Amino acid sequence: MNALTNIDESKARKLSAGDALPAPAIVVGEGSRTVRAGFIPLVDAAVLIAAAEFGFAQKEGITLDLVKDVSWANVRDRLAFRQFDVAHMLSPMPVAAMLGLGSNPSPTITPFSLGRGGNAITLSTRLYAEMQEEGNLVASEGALASAEALAAVIRRAQAAGRPRLTLGVTYPFSSHNYEFRYWLAAGGVDPDRDVKLIVVPPPMTSDALAAGAIDGFCVGAPWNMVASERGVGRIVATKQDIWPSAPEKVIGMRPDWADANPETVSRLIVALEAAARWCDAAENRTALAEVLADQRYVAAPVDILRRVLAGEFTVDPEGNQRVVDDYFVFHAGFANFPRPSQALWIYSQMVRWGQAALSAGGLEASISAYRPDLYRRALGSGAPPAEADIAIEGAMPGDRFMDGHVFDPEHIRDYVDAFPVKATNLPHTSLDDI
Amino acid sequence: MPHRDLTILVIDENAIRASIIEEGLREAGHGNVTVIHEVHGVARIIETLQPDVIVIDIENPNRDMMEHLFQLTRTVGRPIAMFVDRSDTASIEAAVEAGVSAYVIDGLKKERVKPILDMAVSRFNAFSRLQRELADAKSALEERKLVERAKGILMKMRGLSEEEAFTLLRQTAMNEKKKISEIAQSVVTAAGLLIR
Repeated sequence: MNALTNIDESKARKLSAGDALPAPAIVVGEGSRTVRAGFIPLVDAAVLIAAAEFGFAQKEGITLDLVKDVSWANVRDRLAFRQFDVAHMLSPMPVAAMLGLGSNPSPTITPFSLGRGGNAITLSTRLYAEMQEEGNLVASEGALASAEALAAVIRRAQAAGRPRLTLGVTYPFSSHNYEFRYWLAAGGVDPDRDVKLIVVPPPMTSDALAAGAIDGFCVGAPWNMVASERGVGRIVATKQDIWPSAPEKVIGMRPDWADANPETVSRLIVALEAAARWCDAAENRTALAEVLADQRYVAAPVDILRRVLAGEFTVDPEGNQRVVDDYFVFHAGFANFPRPSQALWIYSQMVRWGQAALSAGGLEASISAYRPDLYRRALGSGAPPAEADIAIEGAMPGDRFMDGHVFDPEHIRDYVDAFPVKATNLPHTSLDDI
Repeated sequence: MPHRDLTILVIDENAIRASIIEEGLREAGHGNVTVIHEVHGVARIIETLQPDVIVIDIENPNRDMMEHLFQLTRTVGRPIAMFVDRSDTASIEAAVEAGVSAYVIDGLKKERVKPILDMAVSRFNAFSRLQRELADAKSALEERKLVERAKGILMKMRGLSEEEAFTLLRQTAMNEKKKISEIAQSVVTAAGLLIR
């Protein structure tokens, strides 16, 4: 009766001809290392799944034992309680763990990012129709225009005394939470006052939207596309629109495990990096979509997965299409490099929304969650130089935040203060809202 | 010094399992047990109850919603996931195997909480056993029906008595080292193919 399905790498497929064929595991004197990895069925677990399925782990003498799980809280706990060696995690989870946030903070680090992209914001078709009316939207407007239109709808609803909209995210310490808040706030909506943010498990989002239990959500692929294909939702913004470089999922592990298994950690990083490179190649995306569609993994229609991977969106029930370049980046542009300034950006959003206080200790804890040193140790000259660890984010063309703000990790207080919408004096949350 | 009774909240979408846990807790002398089957409105319930221990099914994806709730309300003291004693690997494994997760208010003594969690674990296991037994009983019934049909076919086609038909089935099963129900299935399938 256990939904936590064990997947053995012995069932791994072989690579198709033309790709670098995996060599058999020849690790003299060390034998095969089994790494137990937890994951949530989402497209952004692709690198981990590809490493197991297409021989990249095997080539490094690692047997990846993938275990599917149902909640981020479970993933966190099972990593903490040593049932997993590593886990597919939301990028803010190691930061939250190091800051001591959440109900089971246990030291967690990440030496490897699983890529960028995959998130989007979907609103109900009914709500989008109201926004179109209010904001003269033409169905191809940018993310800022749609956020502003939502703000206008909300202001009118408030004036008419209508109840607040309910919007879903996946976890309190998630990229989705911070991205949804970022988008709302950029449009002038206060996510703590003007709407109700609740947590909805990703596979339930499209049902919840259809049933009217929520008016919108921000989740990873393929759930936005699933809702728009079902005709219940309209995709109004993707992660690319909000901040293209936003870190998404990472490989989390306990620092004591990393210390005790340096060789395994390095091999794992090498395997994941090769898998990520493979996932990025357009010619492999069909094979990837087919594997991800399997019941053991994402268990979603292969056709949707293929289009999601290609960034080809059906944004609404009318069938309007949008192609998002680089919707999924698994490897290019150092997408796997765990840049500590990204951890600091996550911390800045935790401060912005009242989850954490800004302190020297907090800065230190956040930085310690991201471990570029382990990435460098494994990949050597293939890694960015150390001076790239703390970068100014959102300042380069093609890497802008939707509201034009630039994140300078040296001045987090100023950065947070500059946002007009933030949780400076958070109201008491009504318990009936949850 | 006598302790006040601990307040326990059980969240389980499976009503039967929830009542099995509830009964176990009551038998163990816990009077303040509340059971709910869905998480909708759980925040208000938690605010009113102020539970010391919350037991929730580990396969319930709404655990992430609980995390959100604890972040927002901060009314539950400081809830700690799972166990007070992190080094107690055996208990942790037993709980995950059984499918139990729990939140415990920080500061509660381990010896007060552990029996509750042990109880939940054993009741979760009892429920799984019950389900397994039910499934076994169902399949035993199916097998008996199958053997009855195979016997009927043999009696009709080979002119055997009921006892002879059963003996033939059993002997064949022994010879082929198979279960009698498997042989019966073959007979039924073959008859379906042959008699038309």
